Amino acid sequence: MPDFPFIFDTMGKLLAALPTTLELFILSISVGGVLACFITWARISPYKLLSLPARGYIFVFRGSPLLIQMFLVYYGLGQFAVVRHSIFWPVLREPFVCAVLGLALCTAGYTAEILRGGLIAVPAQQIEAARACGMSGLLLLRRVIAPIAIRQALPAYSTEIILMMKSTALASLVTVWEVTGVAQRIISQTYRAMDVFLCAAAIYLVLNFVLVKLTGGLEYYLTPHLRARPTSLSAGLRPLPPPAAGDASHG
Amino acid sequence: MDQIMLLGFGTKGWGGMLLLGMVMTFLVTFTALAIGAVLGALVAWARLSRSRLARFGGEAYTTVFRGVPELLVIYVVYFGGSTVVTSVGQLLGAEGFIGFPSFIAGALAVGVISGSYQAEVYRGAFQAVARGEIEAARSVGMPTLMRFRRIIAPQVMRFALPGLGNVWQLSLKDSALVSVTGLAELMRTSQVAAGSTRQYFLFYIAGGVLYLVMTSLSNQVFDRAEARVARSFRGGLGRG
Repeated sequence: MPDFPFIFDTMGKLLAALPTTLELFILSISVGGVLACFITWARISPYKLLSLPARGYIFVFRGSPLLIQMFLVYYGLGQFAVVRHSIFWPVLREPFVCAVLGLALCTAGYTAEILRGGLIAVPAQQIEAARACGMSGLLLLRRVIAPIAIRQALPAYSTEIILMMKSTALASLVTVWEVTGVAQRIISQTYRAMDVFLCAAAIYLVLNFVLVKLTGGLEYYLTPHLRARPTSLSAGLRPLPPPAAGDASHG
Repeated sequence: MDQIMLLGFGTKGWGGMLLLGMVMTFLVTFTALAIGAVLGALVAWARLSRSRLARFGGEAYTTVFRGVPELLVIYVVYFGGSTVVTSVGQLLGAEGFIGFPSFIAGALAVGVISGSYQAEVYRGAFQAVARGEIEAARSVGMPTLMRFRRIIAPQVMRFALPGLGNVWQLSLKDSALVSVTGLAELMRTSQVAAGSTRQYFLFYIAGGVLYLVMTSLSNQVFDRAEARVARSFRGGLGRG
């Protein structure tokens, strides 16, 4: 017979730590995503001076454990007087900031490779066609390259963000009390490993389920050409949406 | 240079300890992969089975252990294992708390996780085996076990190799988390060295570099193995 009062109590304590987990997750994938764009840009550049450091970054951050990266940020940086006396110290002293930084640096390496995979999938003909129409630079990126690349990269990216959701657990090792950290504290106090594990596992599984549904929905939204054609006549006769005003010019 | 001395093999050097840590990391990962291979094969078999209950069980296993943080699994195996060991000890007349050996806890936890990934790898590899070959084996009268040993297993191992390489890399990095149980593998040794010399940056960089050495070496081993296995295939996509 499960001990319901204990389970309810545990669930309450774990859910109280859920906002921390979500903050870690959202901040780290946002920062990591921006960083990844720059790394991808450097990685595919024809200049060795840009592509080699990007290659090195990806090799280092994908090849070593996240825990060591996080400890390097949390313990390693504070060792230097230069860092301790810089204006960033009040921020870098915070375990939360270090955890986000460690997570973001790590996911940036993985995400950069995923984005590059997406870019490889953009057919050269489409870029040539867009250039022939006079598009270049950001317009080309926004209208042709990005939509195809993002669509291609999305399945791999959804795996990556689920891994990141799990990785937020490591923040507990630099004293940020998120769900796994709180679970560990309860387990070591009560030694009821299984009950606590089931509660925490349920929370993570729900989070991952939501992520899978969200990215699945986004994928559906981004791939209208792969959906089944409408079969009924009335659906086929719906008028086309009017073109947006801004799209006519090649701004 | 004091710092180089710290990484060296002298009386004050941590070089030997770090190398021992590397060996321990390798051993934990290897044991975990072996445990994961058994679990993974069983789960893959359950997921491919005709019984709905087995399929559900297999799916639940992969969903839970691929979706829950590795650290949480390590905690539950370590603390849960200690509880079990202590109560067994008390039955046998021992007194007080008995800790679960951290090597077994770590290898088991990482093994359970790697099993959930290996299950998917084996399932995919099994589905890549040509149906016709299995039917041909059946038509010449091979019994189930012989069919598995002669036709299915060799091909599944080949198709699974690239996926197993990925799982190995994952497990190698997961094994760093076993350091929370106090097992003196590479991560834990770097931590102890960093703490006792106060040279955090130096030792975490050194630990990171050693992990990179391990991941890139094992990458090469798997590349070689794939090339060797590819000899018996006709050229096709993704090989070369």
